[in-house]
Amino acid sequence: MNFERIKEKLNILADAAKYDVSCSSSGSKRKNTSKGLGDSSGMGICHTYTQDGRCVSLLKILLTNHCIFDCAYCVTRKSNDIKRAAFKVQEVVDLTISFYRRNYIEGLFLSSGIFKDPDYTMERLIQVAKKLREEENFNGYIHLKSIPGASDELMREAGLYADRLSVNIEVPTKSGLKLLAPDKKHEDFMKPMEKVKNEIIQYKQESKLIKSTPKYAPAGQSTQMIVGATGESDRDIMYSSAFFYKKYNMKRVYYSGYVPVSNDPRLPALGSQVPMLRENRLYQTDWLMRFYGFDIRELLNENFQNLDMEIDPKLSWALRNRHLFPVDINRVEKQLLLRVPGIGLKSVNKILQARKFRKLNWEHLKKIGISMNRAKYFITCDSREKELREYSSENLKQLILKNSSGKFRKDLSPQLSLF
Amino acid sequence: MSQVTLIYDGSFNGFLSCIFRIYEEKIQPVAILPVGEEQQDIFSERWEITTNESYSTRVLKGIQDRLSGNGFNKIKYAFLSELPGVEMQLYKMLDYMFSTNNKVEGDYSNPHVLKIAQIAKKVGREKHRMEAFVRFRLTRDRLYFALIEPDFNVLPLIAPHFKSRYADQKWMIYDQKRKFGIYYDLDKVDFISIKLPEDIGFSGANQKYFDIAEIHFQQLWKEYFISTNIKSRANKRLHEQHVPKRYWKYLSEKSPFA
Repeated sequence: MNFERIKEKLNILADAAKYDVSCSSSGSKRKNTSKGLGDSSGMGICHTYTQDGRCVSLLKILLTNHCIFDCAYCVTRKSNDIKRAAFKVQEVVDLTISFYRRNYIEGLFLSSGIFKDPDYTMERLIQVAKKLREEENFNGYIHLKSIPGASDELMREAGLYADRLSVNIEVPTKSGLKLLAPDKKHEDFMKPMEKVKNEIIQYKQESKLIKSTPKYAPAGQSTQMIVGATGESDRDIMYSSAFFYKKYNMKRVYYSGYVPVSNDPRLPALGSQVPMLRENRLYQTDWLMRFYGFDIRELLNENFQNLDMEIDPKLSWALRNRHLFPVDINRVEKQLLLRVPGIGLKSVNKILQARKFRKLNWEHLKKIGISMNRAKYFITCDSREKELREYSSENLKQLILKNSSGKFRKDLSPQLSLF
Repeated sequence: MSQVTLIYDGSFNGFLSCIFRIYEEKIQPVAILPVGEEQQDIFSERWEITTNESYSTRVLKGIQDRLSGNGFNKIKYAFLSELPGVEMQLYKMLDYMFSTNNKVEGDYSNPHVLKIAQIAKKVGREKHRMEAFVRFRLTRDRLYFALIEPDFNVLPLIAPHFKSRYADQKWMIYDQKRKFGIYYDLDKVDFISIKLPEDIGFSGANQKYFDIAEIHFQQLWKEYFISTNIKSRANKRLHEQHVPKRYWKYLSEKSPFA
């Protein structure tokens, strides 16, 4: 291996790939049965975290950053004056194996700029995955990017080697896409998604009858949307997201606060702040939708188009629905318990188990680990002292804010950080 | 009933033997301690308990009958924490468990059950961290070698993970603190105790022991780690929360040599 040359390529092609936020390596079922290398049947592992605190689980690189497209939001766009490089297929294979054997990574996340045409690019990505599986007997995790416009045949083949496939929608609305990526067609994004979805359904049916049916993308598919590049409301973004979850059985939709990469007048200028708080609130909303039984229309709607940045979306919803509270922690059904601010999934399960033994009081709840500062205004339990509840929602919000120390507080109250 | 301090050999079976004797002799333990950590206590009797396989098997069965697999794992994990006094914590939970017919593992409002669940969670986190932060360095004789110093005794817990993952390479993970390791010879994993050379170090930089190309791969990894960072999103606090400083010595991406 020519380490100097590889190092230079790695610099360029890892740097260009980093705006893809997905780094998940969970949800696959690939076991190491043949005494080969790797196993991706367990939960995902973050082997390290970047200095901005993001999980590093996969070797995330582009095959090349040469690209025929000129999407305004993308650092790799044709018109951008940057260093270009390309890995050979074998180089990516060797790098992946060497990193994996040292326990640096769970596998490979391979994406690419589009060179020549979509099919030509997709073929190269598939070659890497195929070599890893067939020549290296590699059972680690492989995430391949579906290239918009790639043919159905290639998408079928890709899923035979990859654990996950994804195509990034990037711009949540059609009109936004037209503005920022005029060369790309909305349908080109949807076509591979549709194909992958159908293949997964077919695999699930066939594998019930014939156990040896080759696996097809066992970790499903995902997509990503840029947040804050164009003027979409939180409602626009989350309704798109709900659509993708439902229509294409997405495993995940990722939200990526836009990091300015150009001085294009259509976009936030270089040096503008990355909307990290907003990104965080969108993820919280996503979780409420997927794990807490909320319908997205309860959280965002015509009257409430943008999330409250000061408080989490569950608390915000609860403050708009005071008539449902307080609930008795010792009797309330799971569905509603999940909706109490300050009580997460794990606490819900602990409470459900623990209350079978005895009635729970404040002391128990505190020890179990629920966030009392938020929860106490929405519940009753087996204690005589109760929280006063004549506050208006606005007063209650201020009271909770006053007694909390969230990680984003400094972003919200600039006047406090003067000294 | 007499007050007794029980001394055992530090093994899980030894601990279970203590539990057996406590119930058989109907004694009130004031402490259960591994050999070497005993303290002078003039108010209690001191019993040395010999590990007895038939005793420990009976207690083990008694525990497993009353807990789910997951609940039993919590007992095992908490024991491996080696925290001072954990044996008494376990005894108190087991005593509560034996006193009722309910499956007590979900009784989080009982302080003993909650305590064991909390300790087990810490050990589980350390196990997961070791699965993440172990960095193998290739030695001259083609062995993938890693040195660790975990807070808790997690080697027995991580062995199956590494065995199923690295089935086609020889590897060794050595616990520097507890002076034993696990070694996979392409067939099975064994616990081993060896004398490591003083200068072998965490970094894998010493070419006396490590493959010539090894340091290059560490450099590539470090390079990747730097390139994948997004500067405008810098968040040092979050970084250090996920990768606490005490683990940095394992990590090639933090190594001054790479």
